[in-house]
Amino acid sequence: MAWFKRSTKGIFTSTEDKKEAPDGVWNKCPNCKKALHYSEQVEHKYVCQYCNYHLRVGSKEYFEIFFDDNAFAELFGNLTSGDPLNFTDTKSYKDRLVESYKKTGLKDAIRAAHGKIDGQDLVIACMDFNFIGGSMGSVVGEKIARSIDYCIEHKIPFLMISKSGGARMMEAAFSLMQMAKTSAKLALLSKAKIPYISLLTDPTTGGVTASYAMLGDINIAEPGALIGFAGPRVIKETIKKDLPKGFQTSEFVLEHGFLDFIVDRREIKNKLSTFIRIMNN
Amino acid sequence: MNTSFDFEKPIADLQQQVEKVKQVAEKTKVDMSATLKELQDKIQKTKLDIYNNLTGWQKVQISRHPERPYTLQYIEMICDDFIEMHGDRTVKDDKAIVGGFGTIAGQSVMIIGHQKGVNTKMRQYRNFGMANPEGYRKALRLMKLAEKFNKPVITFIDTPGAFPGLEAEERGQGEAIARNLLEMSVLNVPIICIIVGEGASGGALGIGIGDKVYMLEHTWYSVISPESCSSILWRSWDFKEQAAECLKLTADNMYHNKLIDGIIKEPLGGAHQDPKAMAETIKSQLLTDLSELKAKKIEKLIDERIEKFCSMGVVVED
Repeated sequence: MAWFKRSTKGIFTSTEDKKEAPDGVWNKCPNCKKALHYSEQVEHKYVCQYCNYHLRVGSKEYFEIFFDDNAFAELFGNLTSGDPLNFTDTKSYKDRLVESYKKTGLKDAIRAAHGKIDGQDLVIACMDFNFIGGSMGSVVGEKIARSIDYCIEHKIPFLMISKSGGARMMEAAFSLMQMAKTSAKLALLSKAKIPYISLLTDPTTGGVTASYAMLGDINIAEPGALIGFAGPRVIKETIKKDLPKGFQTSEFVLEHGFLDFIVDRREIKNKLSTFIRIMNN
Repeated sequence: MNTSFDFEKPIADLQQQVEKVKQVAEKTKVDMSATLKELQDKIQKTKLDIYNNLTGWQKVQISRHPERPYTLQYIEMICDDFIEMHGDRTVKDDKAIVGGFGTIAGQSVMIIGHQKGVNTKMRQYRNFGMANPEGYRKALRLMKLAEKFNKPVITFIDTPGAFPGLEAEERGQGEAIARNLLEMSVLNVPIICIIVGEGASGGALGIGIGDKVYMLEHTWYSVISPESCSSILWRSWDFKEQAAECLKLTADNMYHNKLIDGIIKEPLGGAHQDPKAMAETIKSQLLTDLSELKAKKIEKLIDERIEKFCSMGVVVED
Protein backbone atom coordinates (compact mmCIF):
# COMPACT_ATOMS: atom_id res chain seq x y z
CA MET A 1 0.00 0.00 0.00
CA ALA A 2 1.23 3.43 -0.86
CA TRP A 3 2.30 5.71 1.96
CA PHE A 4 0.96 8.78 0.32
CA LYS A 5 -2.22 9.01 -1.54
CA ARG A 6 -3.00 11.53 -4.21
CA SER A 7 -6.28 13.09 -3.17
CA THR A 8 -7.09 14.77 -6.46
CA LYS A 9 -5.98 13.44 -9.80
CA GLY A 10 -4.29 15.30 -12.63
CA ILE A 11 -2.25 18.46 -12.89
CA PHE A 12 -4.30 21.61 -12.81
CA THR A 13 -1.71 24.33 -13.47
CA SER A 14 -2.30 25.67 -16.95
CA THR A 15 0.68 25.87 -19.28
CA GLU A 16 0.81 29.68 -19.13
CA ASP A 17 1.04 29.69 -15.35
CA LYS A 18 3.87 27.20 -15.20
CA LYS A 19 7.06 28.71 -13.84
CA GLU A 20 10.01 27.59 -15.90
CA ALA A 21 13.62 28.38 -15.22
CA PRO A 22 15.13 30.22 -18.19
CA ASP A 23 17.55 28.12 -20.23
CA GLY A 24 21.11 28.16 -19.03
CA VAL A 25 20.47 29.40 -15.50
CA TRP A 26 20.66 25.96 -14.00
CA ASN A 27 22.92 23.21 -15.18
CA LYS A 28 23.31 19.68 -13.91
CA CYS A 29 26.77 18.36 -13.15
CA PRO A 30 27.11 15.34 -15.47
CA ASN A 31 29.22 13.59 -12.85
CA CYS A 32 27.48 14.04 -9.49
CA LYS A 33 24.11 15.16 -10.92
CA LYS A 34 23.83 18.08 -8.53
CA ALA A 35 22.24 21.27 -9.78
CA LEU A 36 24.62 24.15 -10.43
CA HIS A 37 23.44 27.72 -10.70
CA TYR A 38 24.91 29.86 -13.47
CA SER A 39 26.43 32.36 -11.05
CA GLU A 40 28.09 29.52 -9.16
CA GLN A 41 29.48 28.11 -12.39
CA VAL A 42 31.06 31.43 -13.30
CA GLU A 43 32.42 31.85 -9.80
CA HIS A 44 33.99 28.38 -9.85
CA LYS A 45 35.28 28.68 -13.43
CA TYR A 46 32.81 26.07 -14.62
CA VAL A 47 34.04 23.44 -12.22
CA CYS A 48 31.45 21.63 -10.11
CA GLN A 49 31.95 22.84 -6.55
CA TYR A 50 30.72 19.54 -5.16
CA CYS A 51 32.79 16.97 -7.07
CA ASN A 52 35.41 19.08 -8.92
CA TYR A 53 34.16 17.84 -12.27
CA HIS A 54 35.36 20.16 -15.04
CA LEU A 55 32.38 21.02 -17.21
CA ARG A 56 32.95 21.15 -20.95
CA VAL A 57 33.13 24.78 -21.95
CA GLY A 58 34.20 26.64 -25.08
CA SER A 59 36.38 29.50 -26.22
CA LYS A 60 34.08 32.15 -24.72
CA GLU A 61 34.54 30.74 -21.23
CA TYR A 62 38.26 30.03 -21.60
CA PHE A 63 38.97 33.57 -22.82
CA GLU A 64 37.02 34.84 -19.81
CA ILE A 65 39.05 32.61 -17.49
CA PHE A 66 42.45 33.60 -18.88
CA PHE A 67 42.36 37.16 -20.17
CA ASP A 68 42.52 40.07 -17.73
CA ASP A 69 39.09 41.73 -17.51
CA ASN A 70 37.96 39.47 -20.36
CA ALA A 71 39.64 41.94 -22.73
CA PHE A 72 41.12 40.56 -25.92
CA ALA A 73 41.38 41.17 -29.66
CA GLU A 74 40.07 38.28 -31.70
CA LEU A 75 42.42 37.16 -34.48
CA PHE A 76 41.50 35.87 -37.94
CA GLY A 77 37.81 35.86 -37.07
CA ASN A 78 36.89 36.08 -40.73
CA LEU A 79 37.86 32.52 -41.69
CA THR A 80 35.17 29.96 -42.51
CA SER A 81 35.24 26.49 -44.04
CA GLY A 82 35.06 25.87 -47.75
CA ASP A 83 33.71 22.56 -48.98
CA PRO A 84 36.57 21.49 -51.24
CA LEU A 85 35.32 17.94 -51.75
CA ASN A 86 31.61 18.68 -52.05
CA PHE A 87 31.17 16.13 -49.30
CA THR A 88 27.80 14.52 -48.64
CA ASP A 89 27.13 11.63 -46.31
CA THR A 90 23.69 11.39 -44.74
CA LYS A 91 23.68 15.18 -44.88
CA SER A 92 25.72 17.56 -46.99
CA TYR A 93 28.73 19.18 -45.35
CA LYS A 94 27.40 22.59 -46.37
CA ASP A 95 24.16 21.94 -44.46
CA ARG A 96 26.08 20.68 -41.46
CA LEU A 97 28.10 23.89 -41.44
CA VAL A 98 25.03 26.11 -41.68
CA GLU A 99 23.38 24.13 -38.91
CA SER A 100 26.45 24.51 -36.71
CA TYR A 101 26.66 28.26 -37.36
CA LYS A 102 23.07 28.57 -36.18
CA LYS A 103 23.43 26.26 -33.21
CA THR A 104 26.66 27.67 -31.83
CA GLY A 105 26.96 31.20 -33.21
CA LEU A 106 30.55 30.26 -34.03
CA LYS A 107 32.32 30.31 -37.39
CA ASP A 108 34.28 27.13 -36.88
CA ALA A 109 35.66 24.85 -34.17
CA ILE A 110 38.33 27.31 -33.09
CA ARG A 111 38.82 30.94 -32.06
CA ALA A 112 42.10 32.77 -31.59
CA ALA A 113 42.72 35.92 -29.58
CA HIS A 114 45.46 38.18 -28.28
CA GLY A 115 45.12 39.51 -24.75
CA LYS A 116 46.90 39.84 -21.44
CA ILE A 117 47.30 37.39 -18.59
CA ASP A 118 48.30 39.23 -15.40
CA GLY A 119 49.62 42.01 -17.60
CA GLN A 120 51.69 39.75 -19.86
CA ASP A 121 50.93 39.27 -23.54
CA LEU A 122 49.51 35.92 -24.59
CA VAL A 123 47.92 34.53 -27.74
CA ILE A 124 45.35 31.80 -27.17
CA ALA A 125 43.84 29.53 -29.79
CA CYS A 126 40.94 27.64 -28.27
CA MET A 127 38.82 24.88 -29.77
CA ASP A 128 35.05 24.67 -29.48
CA PHE A 129 33.72 21.15 -29.10
CA ASN A 130 30.15 22.19 -29.92
CA PHE A 131 31.10 22.91 -33.51
CA ILE A 132 31.03 19.50 -35.30
CA GLY A 133 32.72 17.77 -32.38
CA GLY A 134 35.59 20.25 -32.31
CA SER A 135 36.82 18.57 -35.45
CA MET A 136 39.98 19.83 -37.13
CA GLY A 137 39.47 20.98 -40.70
CA SER A 138 41.22 23.58 -42.82
CA VAL A 139 39.99 26.52 -40.71
CA VAL A 140 41.35 25.03 -37.49
CA GLY A 141 44.71 24.33 -39.12
CA GLU A 142 44.88 27.72 -40.79
CA LYS A 143 43.98 29.68 -37.66
CA ILE A 144 46.60 27.84 -35.63
CA ALA A 145 49.18 28.40 -38.37
CA ARG A 146 48.39 32.13 -38.56
CA SER A 147 48.36 32.46 -34.78
CA ILE A 148 51.84 30.96 -34.67
CA ASP A 149 53.03 33.39 -37.36
CA TYR A 150 51.51 36.19 -35.27
CA CYS A 151 53.34 34.95 -32.16
CA ILE A 152 56.65 34.77 -34.02
CA GLU A 153 56.19 38.25 -35.47
CA HIS A 154 55.25 39.84 -32.15
CA LYS A 155 57.33 37.56 -29.89
CA ILE A 156 54.36 36.47 -27.77
CA PRO A 157 53.95 33.09 -26.05
CA PHE A 158 51.31 30.78 -27.51
CA LEU A 159 48.69 28.81 -25.60
CA MET A 160 46.75 26.17 -27.50
CA ILE A 161 43.62 24.81 -25.84
CA SER A 162 42.68 21.51 -27.50
CA LYS A 163 39.23 19.99 -27.25
CA SER A 164 38.52 17.82 -30.22
CA GLY A 165 37.47 14.42 -31.48
CA GLY A 166 40.15 14.61 -34.17
CA ALA A 167 40.27 15.38 -37.86
CA ARG A 168 37.15 16.50 -39.73
CA MET A 169 36.16 13.68 -42.06
CA MET A 170 34.21 15.95 -44.38
CA GLU A 171 37.45 17.57 -45.47
CA ALA A 172 39.20 14.19 -45.70
CA ALA A 173 42.84 14.52 -46.76
CA PHE A 174 42.70 18.29 -46.38
CA SER A 175 42.09 17.73 -42.67
CA LEU A 176 44.92 15.22 -42.50
CA MET A 177 47.34 17.76 -43.92
CA GLN A 178 46.43 20.24 -41.17
CA MET A 179 48.42 17.95 -38.87
CA ALA A 180 51.46 18.49 -41.08
CA LYS A 181 50.80 22.20 -41.40
CA THR A 182 50.46 22.92 -37.68
CA SER A 183 53.44 20.74 -36.76
CA ALA A 184 55.64 22.46 -39.33
CA LYS A 185 54.63 25.88 -37.99
CA LEU A 186 55.38 24.72 -34.45
CA ALA A 187 58.88 23.76 -35.59
CA LEU A 188 59.33 27.40 -36.65
CA LEU A 189 57.93 28.66 -33.34
CA SER A 190 60.37 26.41 -31.55
CA LYS A 191 63.25 27.76 -33.66
CA ALA A 192 62.21 31.29 -32.68
CA LYS A 193 62.44 30.16 -29.03
CA ILE A 194 58.96 31.33 -28.17
CA PRO A 195 57.20 29.33 -25.43
CA TYR A 196 54.40 27.06 -26.57
CA ILE A 197 51.97 25.77 -23.97
CA SER A 198 49.59 22.99 -24.97
CA LEU A 199 46.56 22.58 -22.72
CA LEU A 200 44.62 19.37 -23.32
CA THR A 201 41.01 19.37 -22.19
CA ASP A 202 38.19 16.86 -22.35
CA PRO A 203 38.32 15.32 -24.93
CA THR A 204 41.52 15.46 -26.99
CA THR A 205 41.87 12.55 -29.38
CA GLY A 206 42.86 11.49 -32.89
CA GLY A 207 44.77 13.74 -35.25
CA VAL A 208 44.81 16.60 -32.74
CA THR A 209 46.67 14.46 -30.20
CA ALA A 210 48.94 13.25 -33.01
CA SER A 211 49.98 16.79 -33.92
CA TYR A 212 49.92 20.11 -32.09
CA ALA A 213 48.39 18.95 -28.78
CA MET A 214 51.40 16.76 -27.93
CA LEU A 215 54.08 19.18 -29.13
CA GLY A 216 54.07 21.77 -26.35
CA ASP A 217 57.21 22.97 -24.62
CA ILE A 218 54.96 22.02 -21.76
CA ASN A 219 51.95 19.77 -22.19
CA ILE A 220 49.35 20.23 -19.45
CA ALA A 221 45.82 19.02 -18.92
CA GLU A 222 42.69 19.56 -16.90
CA PRO A 223 41.84 16.75 -14.46
CA GLY A 224 39.84 13.80 -15.70
CA ALA A 225 40.02 14.66 -19.41
CA LEU A 226 39.93 11.93 -22.04
CA ILE A 227 43.26 12.10 -23.88
CA GLY A 228 44.41 9.59 -26.44
CA PHE A 229 45.18 8.81 -30.05
CA ALA A 230 42.69 6.05 -30.82
CA GLY A 231 39.23 6.27 -29.29
CA PRO A 232 38.45 3.89 -26.42
CA ARG A 233 35.76 2.07 -28.43
CA VAL A 234 38.17 1.33 -31.29
CA ILE A 235 40.83 0.05 -28.90
CA LYS A 236 38.31 -2.16 -27.13
CA GLU A 237 37.22 -3.66 -30.44
CA THR A 238 40.83 -4.22 -31.49
CA ILE A 239 42.14 -5.94 -28.37
CA LYS A 240 38.78 -7.58 -27.53
CA LYS A 241 39.26 -6.90 -23.83
CA ASP A 242 37.79 -4.44 -21.38
CA LEU A 243 39.91 -1.37 -20.82
CA PRO A 244 41.40 -0.76 -17.37
CA LYS A 245 39.75 1.84 -15.19
CA GLY A 246 41.13 5.31 -15.71
CA PHE A 247 42.61 4.38 -19.10
CA GLN A 248 43.31 7.44 -21.30
CA THR A 249 42.51 9.97 -18.57
CA SER A 250 44.77 12.97 -17.89
CA GLU A 251 46.07 11.16 -14.81
CA PHE A 252 46.95 8.09 -16.92
CA VAL A 253 48.74 10.21 -19.51
CA LEU A 254 50.65 12.09 -16.79
CA GLU A 255 51.68 8.79 -15.22
CA HIS A 256 53.07 7.57 -18.55
CA GLY A 257 55.16 10.67 -18.97
CA PHE A 258 53.41 12.68 -21.65
CA LEU A 259 52.19 15.58 -19.52
CA ASP A 260 54.10 18.04 -17.36
CA PHE A 261 51.28 18.52 -14.90
CA ILE A 262 47.55 18.48 -14.38
CA VAL A 263 45.99 21.69 -13.20
CA ASP A 264 42.60 22.60 -11.76
CA ARG A 265 40.79 25.16 -13.90
CA ARG A 266 40.39 27.43 -10.87
CA GLU A 267 44.18 27.71 -10.51
CA ILE A 268 45.19 27.54 -14.12
CA LYS A 269 45.49 31.26 -14.82
CA ASN A 270 47.72 31.76 -11.83
CA LYS A 271 49.96 28.86 -12.69
CA LEU A 272 50.36 29.73 -16.36
CA SER A 273 50.96 33.35 -15.58
CA THR A 274 53.79 32.27 -13.27
CA PHE A 275 55.20 30.01 -15.99
CA ILE A 276 55.13 32.81 -18.54
CA ARG A 277 56.75 35.20 -16.07
CA ILE A 278 59.57 32.73 -15.48
CA MET A 279 60.06 32.28 -19.22
CA ASN A 280 59.98 36.02 -19.94
CA ASN A 281 62.35 36.90 -17.14
CA MET B 1 47.03 -18.29 -54.93
CA ASN B 2 45.58 -15.97 -57.52
CA THR B 3 43.41 -13.34 -55.94
CA SER B 4 41.15 -11.44 -58.28
CA PHE B 5 38.29 -9.05 -57.68
CA ASP B 6 34.70 -9.00 -58.91
CA PHE B 7 35.40 -6.18 -61.30
CA GLU B 8 38.15 -8.25 -62.91
CA LYS B 9 35.73 -11.03 -63.86
CA PRO B 10 35.39 -10.00 -67.54
CA ILE B 11 39.15 -10.47 -67.88
CA ALA B 12 39.08 -13.85 -66.17
CA ASP B 13 36.22 -14.94 -68.46
CA LEU B 14 38.16 -13.99 -71.56
CA GLN B 15 41.24 -15.76 -70.26
CA GLN B 16 39.13 -18.88 -69.79
CA GLN B 17 37.98 -18.60 -73.39
CA VAL B 18 41.59 -18.41 -74.50
CA GLU B 19 42.34 -21.61 -72.61
CA LYS B 20 39.38 -23.33 -74.23
CA VAL B 21 40.37 -22.23 -77.71
CA LYS B 22 43.91 -23.47 -77.08
CA GLN B 23 42.59 -26.86 -75.99
CA VAL B 24 40.36 -27.13 -79.04
CA ALA B 25 43.24 -26.14 -81.27
CA GLU B 26 45.42 -28.81 -79.77
CA LYS B 27 42.79 -31.51 -80.08
CA THR B 28 41.64 -30.77 -83.60
CA LYS B 29 44.98 -29.48 -84.93
CA VAL B 30 43.11 -26.63 -86.54
CA ASP B 31 44.92 -23.31 -86.75
CA MET B 32 43.12 -21.00 -84.34
CA SER B 33 45.79 -18.30 -84.11
CA ALA B 34 43.51 -15.68 -85.63
CA THR B 35 40.84 -16.32 -82.99
CA LEU B 36 43.48 -16.32 -80.28
CA LYS B 37 44.91 -13.05 -81.47
CA GLU B 38 41.46 -11.55 -81.50
CA LEU B 39 40.83 -12.73 -77.95
CA GLN B 40 44.18 -11.44 -76.72
CA ASP B 41 43.42 -8.04 -78.22
CA LYS B 42 40.06 -8.12 -76.54
CA ILE B 43 41.68 -8.96 -73.19
CA GLN B 44 44.06 -6.07 -73.57
CA LYS B 45 41.23 -3.71 -74.44
CA THR B 46 39.10 -4.93 -71.54
CA LYS B 47 42.02 -4.51 -69.16
CA LEU B 48 42.63 -0.98 -70.29
CA ASP B 49 38.94 -0.30 -70.00
CA ILE B 50 38.72 -1.65 -66.47
CA TYR B 51 41.98 -0.39 -64.99
CA ASN B 52 41.68 3.09 -66.41
CA ASN B 53 38.20 3.53 -64.97
CA LEU B 54 38.53 2.15 -61.47
CA THR B 55 36.30 3.58 -58.76
CA GLY B 56 37.72 4.73 -55.44
CA TRP B 57 36.69 1.54 -53.71
CA GLN B 58 38.18 -0.65 -56.46
CA LYS B 59 41.49 1.16 -56.04
CA VAL B 60 41.31 0.55 -52.30
CA GLN B 61 40.88 -3.15 -53.05
CA ILE B 62 43.86 -3.23 -55.42
CA SER B 63 46.01 -1.33 -52.90
CA ARG B 64 45.35 -4.19 -50.47
CA HIS B 65 46.02 -7.01 -52.91
CA PRO B 66 47.90 -9.68 -50.93
CA GLU B 67 50.46 -10.16 -53.68
CA ARG B 68 51.42 -6.50 -53.94
CA PRO B 69 55.09 -5.87 -53.22
CA TYR B 70 55.91 -4.43 -49.79
CA THR B 71 58.81 -2.26 -48.63
CA LEU B 72 61.47 -4.95 -48.19
CA GLN B 73 60.71 -6.41 -51.60
CA TYR B 74 61.07 -3.00 -53.22
CA ILE B 75 64.32 -2.43 -51.35
CA GLU B 76 65.64 -5.73 -52.66
CA MET B 77 64.75 -4.81 -56.23
CA ILE B 78 65.88 -1.17 -56.07
CA CYS B 79 69.02 -1.18 -53.89
CA ASP B 80 72.50 -2.44 -54.69
CA ASP B 81 73.22 -2.80 -50.97
CA PHE B 82 71.04 -2.56 -47.93
CA ILE B 83 71.72 -2.94 -44.23
CA GLU B 84 68.60 -3.19 -42.10
CA MET B 85 68.71 -1.51 -38.71
CA HIS B 86 66.51 -2.23 -35.74
CA GLY B 87 65.09 -0.72 -32.59
CA ASP B 88 64.08 2.65 -31.22
CA ARG B 89 66.72 2.52 -28.42
CA THR B 90 63.97 2.97 -25.85
CA VAL B 91 61.41 0.19 -25.81
CA LYS B 92 61.81 -2.39 -28.55
CA ASP B 93 62.00 -3.13 -32.25
CA ASP B 94 58.74 -2.58 -34.10
CA LYS B 95 58.29 -5.09 -36.89
CA ALA B 96 55.69 -3.00 -38.74
CA ILE B 97 58.26 -0.38 -39.74
CA VAL B 98 61.60 -1.33 -41.26
CA GLY B 99 64.56 0.79 -42.22
CA GLY B 100 68.24 1.05 -42.90
CA PHE B 101 71.01 2.50 -45.05
CA GLY B 102 71.36 1.38 -48.62
CA THR B 103 72.58 2.47 -52.02
CA ILE B 104 70.58 3.14 -55.17
CA ALA B 105 72.69 3.23 -58.31
CA GLY B 106 75.67 4.03 -56.13
CA GLN B 107 74.01 6.77 -54.08
CA SER B 108 73.73 6.29 -50.32
CA VAL B 109 70.27 6.78 -48.86
CA MET B 110 68.24 5.96 -45.77
CA ILE B 111 65.15 3.92 -46.61
CA ILE B 112 62.27 3.56 -44.15
CA GLY B 113 58.89 1.97 -44.72
CA HIS B 114 55.88 0.16 -43.36
CA GLN B 115 56.15 -3.58 -43.74
CA LYS B 116 53.23 -5.97 -44.15
CA GLY B 117 53.55 -9.74 -44.03
CA VAL B 118 53.35 -12.02 -47.04
CA ASN B 119 51.48 -14.88 -45.35
CA THR B 120 49.25 -15.29 -42.33
CA LYS B 121 52.11 -15.92 -39.93
CA MET B 122 54.15 -13.01 -41.23
CA ARG B 123 51.14 -10.73 -41.31
CA GLN B 124 50.78 -11.28 -37.58
CA TYR B 125 54.51 -10.84 -37.05
CA ARG B 126 54.35 -7.52 -38.91
CA ASN B 127 51.14 -6.56 -37.09
CA PHE B 128 49.45 -6.04 -40.49
CA GLY B 129 51.65 -3.02 -41.11
CA MET B 130 50.19 -1.17 -38.13
CA ALA B 131 53.03 0.46 -36.23
CA ASN B 132 53.28 1.13 -32.51
CA PRO B 133 54.94 4.27 -31.13
CA GLU B 134 58.33 2.54 -31.11
CA GLY B 135 57.99 2.09 -34.88
CA TYR B 136 57.64 5.82 -35.41
CA ARG B 137 60.47 6.45 -32.95
CA LYS B 138 62.68 3.95 -34.77
CA ALA B 139 61.88 5.80 -37.99
CA LEU B 140 62.82 9.12 -36.36
CA ARG B 141 66.05 7.68 -34.98
CA LEU B 142 67.02 6.51 -38.44
CA MET B 143 66.09 9.84 -40.01
CA LYS B 144 68.25 11.67 -37.47
CA LEU B 145 71.07 9.29 -38.32
CA ALA B 146 70.59 10.07 -42.00
CA GLU B 147 70.64 13.78 -41.19
CA LYS B 148 73.86 13.40 -39.23
CA PHE B 149 75.62 11.74 -42.16
CA ASN B 150 73.86 13.86 -44.76
CA LYS B 151 72.06 11.05 -46.59
CA PRO B 152 68.66 11.63 -48.24
CA VAL B 153 65.66 9.83 -46.74
CA ILE B 154 63.20 7.74 -48.74
CA THR B 155 60.02 6.40 -47.16
CA PHE B 156 57.59 3.75 -48.42
CA ILE B 157 54.12 4.13 -46.96
CA ASP B 158 51.69 1.22 -46.74
CA THR B 159 49.59 0.99 -43.61
CA PRO B 160 45.95 0.54 -42.62
CA GLY B 161 46.70 2.94 -39.75
CA ALA B 162 48.75 3.34 -36.60
CA PHE B 163 47.96 0.50 -34.21
CA PRO B 164 45.04 1.31 -31.88
CA GLY B 165 46.19 -0.75 -28.90
CA LEU B 166 46.46 -0.42 -25.16
CA GLU B 167 50.27 -0.37 -25.04
CA ALA B 168 50.36 2.01 -27.99
CA GLU B 169 48.38 4.51 -25.94
CA GLU B 170 50.53 3.94 -22.84
CA ARG B 171 53.65 4.66 -24.84
CA GLY B 172 52.21 7.75 -26.53
CA GLN B 173 51.12 6.89 -30.06
CA GLY B 174 49.93 10.46 -30.56
CA GLU B 175 53.17 11.99 -29.31
CA ALA B 176 55.29 9.68 -31.46
CA ILE B 177 53.48 10.63 -34.66
CA ALA B 178 53.35 14.33 -33.74
CA ARG B 179 57.10 14.39 -33.06
CA ASN B 180 57.81 12.87 -36.46
CA LEU B 181 55.67 15.48 -38.23
CA LEU B 182 57.58 18.28 -36.52
CA GLU B 183 61.03 16.77 -36.99
CA MET B 184 60.49 15.74 -40.61
CA SER B 185 59.32 19.19 -41.59
CA VAL B 186 62.73 20.62 -40.64
CA LEU B 187 64.99 17.61 -41.30
CA ASN B 188 68.23 18.80 -42.89
CA VAL B 189 68.28 16.30 -45.76
CA PRO B 190 66.01 15.73 -48.77
CA ILE B 191 63.01 13.47 -48.13
CA ILE B 192 61.05 11.54 -50.75
CA CYS B 193 57.86 9.70 -49.72
CA ILE B 194 55.97 7.17 -51.80
CA ILE B 195 52.61 5.67 -50.93
CA VAL B 196 52.94 2.14 -52.28
CA GLY B 197 49.71 0.69 -50.85
CA GLU B 198 47.43 2.04 -48.18
CA GLY B 199 47.90 5.53 -46.82
CA ALA B 200 45.69 5.60 -43.77
CA SER B 201 45.64 8.76 -41.76
CA GLY B 202 48.18 9.70 -39.09
CA GLY B 203 49.78 6.28 -39.36
CA ALA B 204 50.79 7.10 -42.92
CA LEU B 205 51.56 10.78 -42.39
CA GLY B 206 53.88 9.82 -39.49
CA ILE B 207 56.56 8.99 -42.08
CA GLY B 208 55.00 11.04 -44.85
CA ILE B 209 56.39 14.59 -44.69
CA GLY B 210 58.64 15.04 -47.69
CA ASP B 211 59.99 17.36 -50.37
CA LYS B 212 58.33 15.01 -52.84
CA VAL B 213 55.29 12.93 -51.95
CA TYR B 214 54.10 10.44 -54.55
CA MET B 215 51.32 7.93 -54.79
CA LEU B 216 51.45 4.82 -56.93
CA GLU B 217 48.57 4.81 -59.38
CA HIS B 218 46.31 2.35 -57.56
CA THR B 219 46.82 3.40 -53.95
CA TRP B 220 44.76 5.49 -51.57
CA TYR B 221 45.59 8.18 -49.05
CA SER B 222 43.15 9.84 -46.67
CA VAL B 223 42.24 10.79 -43.15
CA ILE B 224 40.34 7.56 -42.51
CA SER B 225 39.66 4.24 -44.23
CA PRO B 226 36.40 4.09 -46.20
CA GLU B 227 35.09 1.36 -43.88
CA SER B 228 35.62 3.40 -40.72
CA CYS B 229 34.27 6.50 -42.41
CA SER B 230 31.13 4.59 -43.35
CA SER B 231 30.71 3.26 -39.82
CA ILE B 232 31.04 6.72 -38.29
CA LEU B 233 29.11 8.91 -40.72
CA TRP B 234 26.51 6.39 -41.91
CA ARG B 235 26.56 4.31 -38.72
CA SER B 236 26.89 1.16 -40.79
CA TRP B 237 29.67 -0.74 -42.58
CA ASP B 238 27.67 -0.96 -45.80
CA PHE B 239 28.49 2.40 -47.30
CA LYS B 240 32.20 1.88 -47.87
CA GLU B 241 31.95 2.28 -51.66
CA GLN B 242 30.13 5.57 -51.20
CA ALA B 243 32.55 6.69 -48.49
CA ALA B 244 35.49 5.89 -50.77
CA GLU B 245 33.99 8.20 -53.42
CA CYS B 246 33.27 10.99 -50.93
CA LEU B 247 36.75 10.91 -49.40
CA LYS B 248 38.39 11.56 -52.80
CA LEU B 249 41.20 9.29 -51.77
CA THR B 250 42.64 8.16 -55.13
CA ALA B 251 45.96 9.33 -56.53
CA ASP B 252 44.16 11.35 -59.21
CA ASN B 253 41.98 13.13 -56.66
CA MET B 254 44.90 13.80 -54.35
CA TYR B 255 47.02 15.19 -57.17
CA HIS B 256 44.15 17.31 -58.43
CA ASN B 257 43.71 18.75 -54.91
CA LYS B 258 47.44 19.52 -54.78
CA LEU B 259 47.96 17.31 -51.73
CA ILE B 260 50.65 15.18 -53.38
CA ASP B 261 53.42 16.03 -55.84
CA GLY B 262 52.87 13.32 -58.41
CA ILE B 263 51.55 9.93 -59.44
CA ILE B 264 53.78 7.00 -60.35
CA LYS B 265 52.22 4.77 -62.99
CA GLU B 266 51.74 1.09 -62.19
CA PRO B 267 52.00 -1.85 -64.60
CA LEU B 268 48.65 -2.68 -66.19
CA GLY B 269 46.43 -4.28 -63.56
CA GLY B 270 48.52 -3.15 -60.60
CA ALA B 271 51.99 -3.42 -59.10
CA HIS B 272 51.51 -7.09 -58.23
CA GLN B 273 51.15 -8.02 -61.93
CA ASP B 274 54.75 -7.07 -62.54
CA PRO B 275 56.71 -6.12 -59.40
CA LYS B 276 59.99 -5.84 -61.30
CA ALA B 277 58.64 -3.28 -63.72
CA MET B 278 57.07 -1.40 -60.80
CA ALA B 279 60.40 -1.32 -58.97
CA GLU B 280 62.16 -0.06 -62.11
CA THR B 281 59.67 2.79 -62.48
CA ILE B 282 60.08 3.74 -58.84
CA LYS B 283 63.85 3.56 -59.09
CA SER B 284 64.03 5.87 -62.08
CA GLN B 285 61.68 8.35 -60.37
CA LEU B 286 63.87 8.26 -57.25
CA LEU B 287 67.05 8.86 -59.26
CA THR B 288 65.51 11.84 -61.02
CA ASP B 289 64.37 13.36 -57.74
CA LEU B 290 67.56 12.62 -55.84
CA SER B 291 69.66 14.54 -58.34
CA GLU B 292 67.16 17.41 -58.37
CA LEU B 293 66.86 17.64 -54.57
CA LYS B 294 70.54 17.14 -53.82
CA ALA B 295 71.38 20.06 -56.10
CA LYS B 296 69.26 22.44 -54.04
CA LYS B 297 70.39 24.37 -50.99
CA ILE B 298 69.00 22.61 -47.94
CA GLU B 299 67.68 25.81 -46.33
CA LYS B 300 65.69 26.53 -49.45
CA LEU B 301 64.46 22.95 -49.58
CA ILE B 302 63.18 23.13 -46.00
CA ASP B 303 61.48 26.49 -46.60
CA GLU B 304 59.73 25.06 -49.64
CA ARG B 305 58.78 21.89 -47.77
CA ILE B 306 57.16 23.87 -44.96
CA GLU B 307 55.53 26.26 -47.41
CA LYS B 308 54.06 23.36 -49.38
CA PHE B 309 52.33 21.78 -46.39
CA CYS B 310 51.26 25.15 -45.02
CA SER B 311 49.46 25.99 -48.25
CA MET B 312 47.25 22.89 -47.99
CA GLY B 313 43.66 23.53 -46.97
CA VAL B 314 40.70 25.48 -48.27
CA VAL B 315 39.33 28.38 -46.24
CA VAL B 316 36.95 31.17 -47.11
CA GLU B 317 37.93 34.67 -46.06
CA ASP B 318 35.23 37.29 -45.87
